[in-house]
This record gives sequence, structure tokens and C-alpha cells, in this order.
Amino acid sequence: MFWGAIALFTLVIALLALSLLRPSALASIKPRTWIVGGGLVLPVPILIALLITALLLGEHLLPKPGSAEPLRIEAHASQWQWRFSYPFIPDAAPTTILHLPAGEPVDIVVTAEDVIHSFWIPRLGGKIDAIPGHTNIIRLQADKPGVYRGICAEYCGEGHETMGFEARAHAPADYAVTIGGQP
Amino acid sequence: MSREQLSPVALHKALTRIWGTPPGWARFSAVNHNILGKRFMVVAMVFFAIGGVLAMLIRAQLATPDSAFIGPELYNQIFTMHGTVMMFLFAIPMFEGLAIYMLPKMLGARDLAFPRMTAYGFWCYLFGGTILIGAMVMGYAPNSGWFMYTPLSSGIYTPGINADVWLLGITFVEISAITAAVELIVTILKMRAPGMSLTRMPIFGWYMLVTAAMMLIGFPPLILGSILLEMERAFDLPFFDPTRGGDPLLWQHLFWLFGHPEVYIIFLPAAGMLSTIIPTFARRPLIAYNAIIVAIVAMAFLSFGLWVHHMFTVGIPHLALGFFSAASALVAIPTAVQIFAWIGTIASGRPRLDVPMLYVIGFFIVFVCGGLTGVMLAMVPFNTQAHDSYFVVAHLHYVLVGGFVFPMLAALYYWLPHFTGRSSVYRLSVPAFWLIIIGFNLTFFLMHLTGLMGMPRRISTYPSNWGWDWLNLLSSFGGFIMTMGFALVLVDIVMQFRFGRRGARNPWAAGTLEWAMPTPPPDYNFAALPTVAQRADSLDTGSLGNRLAAGDGYLGFARAHRQETLGVDMMTGNPDQVIVLPRRTLLPLWTALATAVFFLGLLFKIYWIVPLGAVATVGLFLVWPRALGHTRDAGPIDIGLGEAVPVDAEVGDNVTWWASKVAAVADATLYASLLFGALYLAVVAPGWDGQLRETNWWPAIGLLTALGGSAAVRLARSRNADGMSPCGWLLGTAALAGLTAAACIVGTVQLGDATAHANISLRFALYAYCAIHSGIAMLITAHTAWRWRGGYVSAVRATSLRLSMLWTDYAAVALIPAWGLTLLLARSGGAS
Repeated sequence: MFWGAIALFTLVIALLALSLLRPSALASIKPRTWIVGGGLVLPVPILIALLITALLLGEHLLPKPGSAEPLRIEAHASQWQWRFSYPFIPDAAPTTILHLPAGEPVDIVVTAEDVIHSFWIPRLGGKIDAIPGHTNIIRLQADKPGVYRGICAEYCGEGHETMGFEARAHAPADYAVTIGGQP
Repeated sequence: MSREQLSPVALHKALTRIWGTPPGWARFSAVNHNILGKRFMVVAMVFFAIGGVLAMLIRAQLATPDSAFIGPELYNQIFTMHGTVMMFLFAIPMFEGLAIYMLPKMLGARDLAFPRMTAYGFWCYLFGGTILIGAMVMGYAPNSGWFMYTPLSSGIYTPGINADVWLLGITFVEISAITAAVELIVTILKMRAPGMSLTRMPIFGWYMLVTAAMMLIGFPPLILGSILLEMERAFDLPFFDPTRGGDPLLWQHLFWLFGHPEVYIIFLPAAGMLSTIIPTFARRPLIAYNAIIVAIVAMAFLSFGLWVHHMFTVGIPHLALGFFSAASALVAIPTAVQIFAWIGTIASGRPRLDVPMLYVIGFFIVFVCGGLTGVMLAMVPFNTQAHDSYFVVAHLHYVLVGGFVFPMLAALYYWLPHFTGRSSVYRLSVPAFWLIIIGFNLTFFLMHLTGLMGMPRRISTYPSNWGWDWLNLLSSFGGFIMTMGFALVLVDIVMQFRFGRRGARNPWAAGTLEWAMPTPPPDYNFAALPTVAQRADSLDTGSLGNRLAAGDGYLGFARAHRQETLGVDMMTGNPDQVIVLPRRTLLPLWTALATAVFFLGLLFKIYWIVPLGAVATVGLFLVWPRALGHTRDAGPIDIGLGEAVPVDAEVGDNVTWWASKVAAVADATLYASLLFGALYLAVVAPGWDGQLRETNWWPAIGLLTALGGSAAVRLARSRNADGMSPCGWLLGTAALAGLTAAACIVGTVQLGDATAHANISLRFALYAYCAIHSGIAMLITAHTAWRWRGGYVSAVRATSLRLSMLWTDYAAVALIPAWGLTLLLARSGGAS
């Protein structure tokens, strides 16, 4: 997408430069050619290819029927903090750090207490809004154990920029212990 | 022809006596489009400077990590105001001003269709903008973002006056957008030079026609959303409260239903200016005129189908996103058509460079970049990553500055000699251009990177260990370079006004009609109206201007101390009426002041004063027609060149009638948005289970009386057509409309506690809307009876009766979906 954009930008600006500096080089091109060539032939295939790729890529990120149901972690946003809870482990206390199992997909169930927030861990994937009255789910996967930074991506008032959180991905073996043992 | 031909100078003096506005206090009564267009632009530039200072504060705060220059509280006000000022107080009024000034000249008319409306719109804009800026100076600026997402902007999370300032101030300003849209559409359709069929219209006219139509459809959803949100804040009606059957997402839908078309509403006028400027400097007519018209109409349609791309992360199903993603990407096609038409025009002409062309080149560089990132953002997976990050900040500035500010600067340098009648002496223009383009790219190109590195929008500070430090510092540095460029442009403008040499008319050898007049232009534009026999963008404006100044053309005389211009058949451009325009008056100012009382009463919660403001506003509007109209049928009158047509009051197809139809479209769009909101909440919003109180039948009774009114007004009309008094039936219609309004009001009272659940508050809003429109129908029919008694209405001069019928029918038709939705809501559950 990046190189495509560079190429298109260069093409348009080169044509513009040529038309200003050496109009004679382009003067023989008929109006119809400009419109059909530039307006249809050039963008249409590119857009179709992009749209198909994006749709497939997006579908790929969706839960597929038949595959094992991943863990569901609940992320609840309020002004201005996140609370994560783990309903699949009875007695697991809610945490302010998001604990993830590494190497497997998890569903984050995102809800909001007061105003609209948005759940985003830039290195793990896209964002999803936390909207009062709605429940949204995003599927993420941390490939390797480690610490990832998460933020609130929707403006939510005075404490918006302080609403970051830490996401820790643990090796599957340690994972249950970590959440069970968290104060 | 028996009329004595005056010398050009005598004709100029005679017309100036009729059209002129004296200096001093009389300027407050100005309704002339020359004066008002310039006022719009000057005030917009002042707001641009204010928005620019706010941007500088933002960049100063973000230049370094952990900055304590301004805290989050103030920062939130500043970024909210920056967006609000630039969008609502700069961009839209700026192009409105240019269109108000330029369109009558390009089309060959002496003024716009409704000069007093222009003035009223201007005062609304000025007062509304002043409320916003005044609140900011006092520290109560809106702070919920320019997009005002609720619940953050609701009474619970923004308890102060800040959000009310936005909702009321912006709605006040939007009055000017709606009046401008109506006026521009009617002017373009009806007030072109004789012979200028739609297909001979200069391309700017097409751009503005499409833009105005988009404004007409685009602004009502925002106005409705603002009204609903203000009702929630002021009276606790829970339209957006998820705990009581509302939904915060409804606001987002309404906002972006306006907000996305808004981007094209800003871009299209700028593109129209480019399509006017580029052919002049390419020294050949624009190529692919028809393809461009198709492209801009396509753009207008597409732009209403892609608002959801601002909402890719709110949890909408993926395939639905795919549809909106495709629609967003498709916009690239009409854009590409225009880009290549411009390049093709340059390539097939004999291009020359001058200052306006520098900005045109700047436009190409910046806008193409922004368009490409736009296609990227249209792709859902990329969007969920980049959404609400600085990548979007970069994209939107590339599109808006590239697509609006650069073309506006080109237009400024292109038309400045028209405003001043002078040419530039100081060559500040070129260094200013370089400062702006270098500063702009330094500021915003780097934001693509900060965004991809994960920097979210709307944060007032950031820690230093996240790798954003030097990018932000450079962005701030670039911002200050750009500001210096803008300051130089301002100096350059002042210099030209002050010290510019009196230049030759039409310095660029342009072929559009606005140059076929002396510069600066006289109050009446054309001493005689031209005949156009070819596409009006490659005319010989020099010799044409001389002939027109000598009175050689239509209406080349001063008659009866009346402001006269021509109306033409919409398609062919054959003259079909003499339009008599109202003269300068203080009424628009008084009416706008009364409107300000209404808005300020709401803002400061002094509710007893609100109805006074409303009544004063409506009462003053009813006084407006007094200055116009005729008490006898005159038949066709001389328009010069051996032709004669009737005055506008005596033809059916007049501008008042067109304006009413166009205004009804805007009103219907507002209503459709309300109906959409009601359906949306009933179907999608959480919390719609449980019992509900029974249907109430009062609005159904209202429907019967309203239909009775529609029948009565028809009888009144046919009696008038037969030359008999329609007053009895008119008053009967008014009485029935009053009954309808009363039935609707009783309906709202019977609803009980409208704050309990959105189900009830929606019915409240529907009945209130119907009550207001029945009230309007009542006023208009009663007013028509009064006009008839005054002798202003006859079988021929029947516009008042047609207006009565239009609004009586509108009120009746509005009740039908209101009643249908009542039945639906009664079955939807909700309140306990």
C-alpha cells in the first residue's frame, strides 16, 4: 500500500510537472483519454484489488465457526481506568494489568461504565470502542510472552491521556497461576 | 425604443443611487452581496487567525514530552475549539462568502435572490461565532471535542455550560449555512444571464449548485442531533442515554451523516475555484466539462453513503463495514476524474505560472497525498489500526488544507485584483508560499509517522520514552514556519489594498463574466445584463464589459427607483421575469438580534425569555414581505432589446416559490433524520423491553384536522383564481391548522413523563415537530389573508396562496409518519 501510494503520487506529480514545463509532450492526449485513463483505468483495478485484500484480511481476523472458542477476558472501561476480569477462572480477582496467554487468540469483551472509550494495544492489533450500553468483542493474539502497552484511543475527558494500561503476555504454563495468584 | 439612452457615467450614477449603500451607520442595513460577501470572508479570516493561534498553542504544548505549558483541562478546550472554529467558523463561511460575492457576477445577475436573507445569515454567523469565541475567552469553551460524542458531552459528564455553548452557538451559525444553501440554489437555477442555459454555465456554478444541494441535505442531521442533545442536556429527554432506551451511537450516526458530506461540502467549492483558475492560466477552456459535472454529482451522492467510515471501530458487523469501505474507496474515482481533467487542461493549453498557480501546484502535491492516505484509511483492517491516531490527524489536514486552504489561497491571489482593483507590488507572495508549503509538510507529514508509532489523538501530553519526542518537536517547528507564511500572506493582502498600483481590468485575461465589469465592482455589478451565446467561461470580457457599462444589454437603465434584475427559465436561460429585489433595511439585523435573544435565553437557561425571542423573530419575519409586492397587475414590462416580461410576483415560477420548495426539502431532511433516529432507537438501542403505556389518539385527531386544512386551502386557492375573496377559506385553514397544533400539544402533554424513556421522548419530539409545523401553516395562511386584504394578492399574483398550500400540506403529510411511528413505538416496549 505504501509503495503503491508513492508510485501513484509520483505519477500524478510527474504528469503535472510535465504538463507545466513541457505541455507539448502531453498535448496530443485527448480529453477523453485523460478522463478514461486517469479517472477509470488507473484507479478502478487498484481499488478493487485493495478492497478484496482488505475484506479477506478483515475476515481472517474474525472468529471462524468450528474453531475452538478462545478465552474471553472482560475489559471494562471507566473514567479513567481499565478493569480486566477473567470469568473463565472462578475466584480470579479483577486486575488493572491485562494478563494474556501468549501464543493463542483471546477474545476481549469490551464494555464501558460512563462515556465512550476505546481499547487499543497498538502492537497487537486494531482498536475497538467501549460504548455504554454496548458490548464489543475484539480478537487479539500476543505471539510471544512480554509486556505490551495499551491505551485508550477515544477521547474521554480530562484524564484521557492517563488511561493507559499494561498488557502482559505469559507463557501458557504460567498463565493460570498468574491470574489466580494476583491480589 | 422610446427610452432615452443615458451616457455610461450618468447610468452609473443613476444605478448607484438605487443600489448603493451609503457609508456610516447605513452600513448596518446593507443587504448588497458585494458588501456581505466581503464581510463573510473577512470575518472568516479573523476566525481562521483565531483557529491558527489555537493550533499554535496545541503545537507548543506537544512540542516536548511531559509538557506543563497548558494542562489537560485547557488543552481539551483548545483542541475542541480549533476543530470547531476551522470547520464551522472558517471553512464553510469562507466559501459561502466567496460564492455570495462571486456567483451573481459569474452568472450575470445584479444580486442574489434574497439579499435580506444574506444579511440575516451573516448576522447569525457573526453572533453565533461571537458566542463561541466569547465563551472561550471567559474560559467556558466547549471541551468535548468538535465531534461532541455523547455521553461525554451529556449533562452528567459535562455539567457546565461548555457543551451548550457548542450546541447552541453552532446551531445559530448553521442558520447561515441553510439560508446560503437555499439562496445559492435558487440564484443558480433562476438568475443567470439571458441565454445562459445550464450547459453554458461556468463550471463554478455547477460546483456551487451541487455544494448547496449537499448543504441542504447535509446540515439538517447535525441540526437535529444538536437539538436532541440540547434537549437531553436541558430537559433530561434521554435520546442518547443508554440506561433509558437511548443510544450514544445515534449521535455518531447523525453527526457523521453531516460530518462526512461536510468534507466534500468544503472541497467542492475549492475544486470549483481550481476549475476556474486552471483554465485561465492554461489559456484554454476546461476540458471534459461534462465529465466533471458527472463526477461532482457522483461525489455528492457517494459522500452521503460513507459516513460510517468514521465509525469502523464501534462494533458494526464486518460485511456492513465492507460496504462502507467500498463506498469510501469509490470516491477516489470522481476525484481522479477531476485531477486528470485539470492536468489535461494544463497539458493541452499554453500554461504560464503566476502566484495563483503556485498554490494550485501546492494543492496538487498536498491533496494527492491526502487522497492516497484516504484510500488507505478506507480499508477496514488498516483503519482499525490507524483510527484516532495521529495518522488520521495527518490525513485530514492533508485533505482539508490541501483541498481547501491551498485552493482558497490560489483563489485569493486570483480574485484579489477584483476586490481591490489593484495589482500586487510587493513580492511577498512567493516566499509566503514556500514558507506555507514547507511548514505544512514538515508539520503534518511527520504526523503520519507518529500515528503509525501509536500516538493517539487528543492527548495533552506524553512521556518521553515512547519515541515520539523528536517527531513532535519537528512538527511544532514546521507549524510555526507555516504560521509565518500565513502572516506574510496577510501582510501581502494589506499591502495590496493599501499600496497596490491601480491595475488594468482583468489582469489574467480570464473569460468569465465577473471580469466584464469595472474593479472594484459597482454595487449593481452590471449596468446592463449580458446575453450569453456560448459556454460562459471563455468570453471576450473586455469588449463585453465596455458594452455593458454603456447600457447595451438587458435592463440597461434605471427604472422607478427599483432594484431590478432578470429571472430566466431554469433550463434554457430565456428571460421570463423581472425580479424586483428588496432595498437595504435594518430588518435582518433586528431579526438576527431577536434570534440571538432566543439562543442566549436557552444558553443561560433563562427560559421565560426564550419564547419572547422566538415570537419576536417570527413576528419580524412576517414584517419582511411588507416592503415587497405590488398592488396591481402590471403585465409584461420592458426589459430592453425589444423584449418584455412580467415582474416576478406575476409569474408562478418565481424565486420565492423555488426557495420555499428548496427550504421544504431541508426541513423534510431534518424530519427524516428524526424519523431515522426514532426507528434506529426502537430497533437497535438497548433497554427496549418491558411494559409501555397505551397509545394516545390525539395526534390522529390532528391528522384529520390537518387533512381538512389541506382541502380548505385548495378551495381558497380556487376562489382566488376565480377572482373572489379567499379570506374565509384561508382563515378556516388557519383555524384548522391551529386545531392541529393544539391536538399535537395535547398529545405531548398526555405522554406524561417524557424523561422516563426514549420511547416517550421520541414521541414528544415527533408531536412537537408536528405542532410547530401546524403553527407555521397557521401563520402563513393567516398572513396570506392579511396580504390579500392589503391588495398584494390577485389571481395572477398568487404566490402567497401557493405558499399557504405548500406548508399546510407539509404539516399534514408530516403527521402521517408521526402517527405511524407512534403505533410502532407503542408496540416496542420500553418504559415501565
